[in-house]
Amino acid sequence: METALAFLCGIIAAASIYLMLSGNLIRFIFGLVLATNGVNLLIFVSGRLSHSKPPQIAEKAVVPAEAMANALPQALILTAIVIGFALMTFVFILFYRTYQALGTVNTELMRMAEPREDGRGTGEKPDADAHSPERREKPE
Amino acid sequence: MNVLLVLPVILPFASAAVTLWSSGEQGRQQLISLLGALLHLTACALLFIWVAQSGMQAMQVGDWPAPFGITLAADHLSVVMVMVTAILGFAVTLYSRAEIDSDLLGAGYHPLLHILLGGVCGAFLTGDLFNLYVWFEVMLMASFGLLVLGRTKEQLDGGVKYVMINLFATLLFISGIGLLYGMTGTLNLADLHLAVQEVDNQALLTAVAAIFMTAFGIKAGLFPLFFWLPASYHTPPVAVSAILAGLLTKVGVYALIRLFSLVFTFNIAYTHGILLVAGVVTMFTGVLGAASYNEFRRILSVHIVSQVGYMILGLALFSPLALAGAVFYLLHNMIVKSNLFLISGLSARICGTFELKKLGGLYHGHRYVAILFFISAFSLAGFPPLSGFWAKLILVRAGLEIGAYGAAAAAVIVGLLTTYSMTKIWGEAFWKPGPEEQDAVQSRPEGKSPDIWMLLPVTGLACLTLIIGLLPGPFLQVAERAAHELTHPEIYVNAVLGDK
Repeated sequence: METALAFLCGIIAAASIYLMLSGNLIRFIFGLVLATNGVNLLIFVSGRLSHSKPPQIAEKAVVPAEAMANALPQALILTAIVIGFALMTFVFILFYRTYQALGTVNTELMRMAEPREDGRGTGEKPDADAHSPERREKPE
Repeated sequence: MNVLLVLPVILPFASAAVTLWSSGEQGRQQLISLLGALLHLTACALLFIWVAQSGMQAMQVGDWPAPFGITLAADHLSVVMVMVTAILGFAVTLYSRAEIDSDLLGAGYHPLLHILLGGVCGAFLTGDLFNLYVWFEVMLMASFGLLVLGRTKEQLDGGVKYVMINLFATLLFISGIGLLYGMTGTLNLADLHLAVQEVDNQALLTAVAAIFMTAFGIKAGLFPLFFWLPASYHTPPVAVSAILAGLLTKVGVYALIRLFSLVFTFNIAYTHGILLVAGVVTMFTGVLGAASYNEFRRILSVHIVSQVGYMILGLALFSPLALAGAVFYLLHNMIVKSNLFLISGLSARICGTFELKKLGGLYHGHRYVAILFFISAFSLAGFPPLSGFWAKLILVRAGLEIGAYGAAAAAVIVGLLTTYSMTKIWGEAFWKPGPEEQDAVQSRPEGKSPDIWMLLPVTGLACLTLIIGLLPGPFLQVAERAAHELTHPEIYVNAVLGDK
């Protein structure tokens, strides 16, 4: 079971990196969501899998009688999910604002902070490209 | 006394809450923010004095015994970092009074600034790997917010790239945590130091070390992972640039130093060999990249990369003297770098632009600002007797001592190249005649005279640079003690787990 899940982690990581590298903000978000889940799965598997062994001990016992499920990775994942959720919300809003302001989700066309030189002195007209991203040829 | 370990983390969050609550009245909010920063500075200074006098301290939150609960640990490296963080926090809060307009204040500038300080201090003080991840997230969220607070196109563009690559680094970090936990069953740093020695498959452990190295390498801005930094650091308001430049990459450097001196020390030839190459290449890329820019803040941003290379060089050489050099370099560089950003803001306020071509005549019009820049810039370049000289001297000596002649030579050459960039800024912005005296006068935005709230923190930080430069003894002593603790991990382990 661990082996299968380990491969699944790998597949998720590969797919998410493919999406993140595609140069499109929307695909990046999908990649990010996928990667977050992949990582959570990875932590879960790292804590070893066990079936039907809830982490409970008998009344008045100090240590569990037999091996039981590891609760710590689940606590870690829970924290990671909560943090990831907050981050995701921020990323959604940031990307939406960016789309509204720049009018594109293609990262190749987002050059406001680092304008292309095109023979001009660096930053002579820092906004020259900002207003006409569509005027340039699309990279594909 | 244990409360001193918690205060540097808790106070900024209290300030954040109160400033958020008082955001209706901006005058009062700024005052509260300043007061909060001052209290934070006091608490950090007390912690620094305490640790400097009685050695490393550790505390178990909620009295849960060490490997199970959350540990706060303050050795010399931690308290130096916390101290500088508080100084920069206070300086930037002062500077913000003049620079941050009411639009940004209304958007929550002060609460975010304090949350950032709290997150950074938390990362410096925690003794637990997962907790370090949480503090990284707190710090990142605050920095994301600060970076795009103005909502201009440049900021959104820079912010998107910054967020993308940093989130990816965070995912790598937590994957590393998961794998390390799977192998050792613990996340407490002191406990990890003991647990990694019992892992059978050392090769797998080295692979995990590489994951951590990549994750923190992105955060620290190491070659070839630094591209997010020059893309974003010149877009936000100067006060934000300054605090991000001073703190964020250095948290990555701190995490690298902590992990690669305490946990991943089983294959030094391999891991630290990679770090050495990365460090040297980073130094060169940063300094050569800076030569191609003509904008004040972009030159400074790319220089951050170059300076990070020096610190990693110190870690990679991994001798007591080299580590002392890395700590001293951190201490010196955080102050100088933030101050240079603040000065770029000053000159932009006077001349109305960050473009070197349009700047000019500052030396004649504002000699005081020119002197402040001179101190910081040539300290960065490593001119004796300024603080950067000692930092570089220690690293070069450490390199020569253990026979790493190439690394020592690189440190010297990059220092010279840094002088080129700083001289370029000096020549263009300060020395050459102002635009009104040139022939081809192009219209440039109206400038204002510098504000006292801007001059005050800049002067303070410049004085600090001078003090470190002229009286390096005590600072060096602290750095040496930090290095002693880093090369003797049993001090850290004993402080956290108790003598066993």
